[in-house]
Amino acid sequence: MDARAWTWTFIALSLALYAAVGLWARARSVSAFYVAERRVSPVLSGMATAADWISAASFISMAGLIASSGRDGSVYLIGWTGGYVLLAVLVAPYLRKYGKYTVPQFVGERYYSKGARAVAVGCAVFVSFTYVAGQLRGVGIVLSRFLGLPVERAILLGVAVVLLQAVLGGMKGATHTQVARYVVLVTAYLVPAIFLSFLLTGDPVPQLGFGGRVSDGGAALLGAEPGRPFLEVLDGIGRELGFGRYTGGTRSQVDLLASTLALMVGTVGLPHIIIRFFTVPKIRDARASAAWALLFIAVLYTTAPALAAFARATYLHAVDGRPYASAPGWFTGWERTGLARFTDRNGDGIMSVSADPARNEVVVDPDILVLAAPEIARLPPWVTGLVAAGALAAALSTATGLLLVIAASISRDLVKGLWIPRLSERAEVAWARGAAAVSVAVAGWLAVHPPGHVAEVVALAFGLAASSFFPVIVAGIFWRRATKEGAIWGMIAGTAFTTLYVHWFKFARPDLDGPAHWLLGISPQGIGTVGMLVNFAVLVTVSLRTPAPPQAVQDLVASLRYPREADRGPARAPPPGVRARW
Amino acid sequence: MDPARQAAYWRSTLRTVALVLAAWLAVSCGAAILLADALDHAHLGGFPLGFWFGQQGAELVFVLLVAAYVAVTNARDRRHGVYED
Repeated sequence: MDARAWTWTFIALSLALYAAVGLWARARSVSAFYVAERRVSPVLSGMATAADWISAASFISMAGLIASSGRDGSVYLIGWTGGYVLLAVLVAPYLRKYGKYTVPQFVGERYYSKGARAVAVGCAVFVSFTYVAGQLRGVGIVLSRFLGLPVERAILLGVAVVLLQAVLGGMKGATHTQVARYVVLVTAYLVPAIFLSFLLTGDPVPQLGFGGRVSDGGAALLGAEPGRPFLEVLDGIGRELGFGRYTGGTRSQVDLLASTLALMVGTVGLPHIIIRFFTVPKIRDARASAAWALLFIAVLYTTAPALAAFARATYLHAVDGRPYASAPGWFTGWERTGLARFTDRNGDGIMSVSADPARNEVVVDPDILVLAAPEIARLPPWVTGLVAAGALAAALSTATGLLLVIAASISRDLVKGLWIPRLSERAEVAWARGAAAVSVAVAGWLAVHPPGHVAEVVALAFGLAASSFFPVIVAGIFWRRATKEGAIWGMIAGTAFTTLYVHWFKFARPDLDGPAHWLLGISPQGIGTVGMLVNFAVLVTVSLRTPAPPQAVQDLVASLRYPREADRGPARAPPPGVRARW
Repeated sequence: MDPARQAAYWRSTLRTVALVLAAWLAVSCGAAILLADALDHAHLGGFPLGFWFGQQGAELVFVLLVAAYVAVTNARDRRHGVYED
């Protein structure tokens, strides 16, 4: 069977698996629709969270971005794992104690304001559909390559698949389906990495082979002497073509800090992740769930840089200096999607790679590196099929979680919470499905006209989350004095600041998108950190100038801080006269 | 839980949070970014050390950090007699 047949096989098998698991774990009530009846163990919840987390961005795009950034790629690696430390420590147990269904609901109750809830809905929807756009582009890339369609039409097909999976199924059994998706995607990611690591360094563990020495087999694939450290060989290959050291970085420290922080902090502001912590039985399980999630995520995230480096080394050696007439099969295949291009600048018919854009003849979109890696390394075609199914699993798993948030925000928080309080359950679900469908369509449009690579689009969503939700949630838990006016204006200010900055440099004046014109040298990717600071500043200033929250709200905040066991026994709130400092 | 115990509990929580955040910052912003160039002079196996922190080390520290945090908070809950069964 060729790669295309294997791709169809694995995709069909995996979709059947998810449908089967979904049917088996059917939901019966509204509670189960949103939060799986709070019975999911921390390990399974962690694995489902990891599946939610590992999106098309992490799976397809991230390794490619690391491969082209070298050491600076750590922005994504640290950015998308470090947030879990913050989640576990600052948010998970407290929101679990709060225990209601959605993040905007928490914001509305904590800030005793329907206005706050409405603004929160706006932010949740905005963040989520930016993120969904990134996923749809990822799906489009996978389907376009393996079905031979142009990316735009493949995205349309992707929209249809996502709609079928998420909207019709809803959250019914979503936790268990996510677990199935995690298993598929992590296997699909590990297999090529293990193969490549073994081929190039003789060590089957990619994390170790990454720092190991080139084996005899590897020497042939890389045109180097056996026994030399792999990273040194990679540095050398790159240097010959005019690139800097792979193990060195080029971005400014300010930008690196801002971008990494924006991702880590943005993690804590993502409604589709927070919502996961509402599904575990006990509060301490919420912490444990975050720990398990991070472990499962780290399995892929420590493999990614290895895969990136191996793929880059093999790719450079396979392509540079090759006559175009005998270009590798994977290159010609990807050329048809427009994501790989050859321009013969010097008319010699030979593919030359160069760091100098004026001399470079070969352009390969970083988003395709992971998908092409099995073919580049000449692995058997079933590996390619498996990777395609894994990429699809990653995109579907995240898109499902995001669409649920959008659906819930609109139907429960907006329509029911703020407009038609006596909405029937059936009508609520109908609104939810309608909202999800419209969002997918809009996100599909954004996917066809993306402001950047998949991982970059997703990084923008994080910047928005960092500037809108993070300050408001954390202040909501740790600072009793935070008022509704502070929260509302904070969210508006942070979101507006980040959106305008990104819009300016990515849509209005892309010609100015460079370190020379950035604020403090911070890219649109990192501006979310500044947006967060803007939000905090506004939140604090406005809170101090407006009346303190009602005592009931202050008691709510206090009660979040102690486990349920502590609620039994004498007085929970401090007696009058004892003023709380926080 | 009486107010005095509540205050002690919350203080201990805040202390733990501060420690975890300090370690988190040290590794993510410190070792992997601000000190990366300096650390690259040292090597861990075939990896320049700053490079290693950014690509693998920080992530490993995060996993251990959260695991330690879970253990510490569970122990604290037991100490205060409020461990959830």
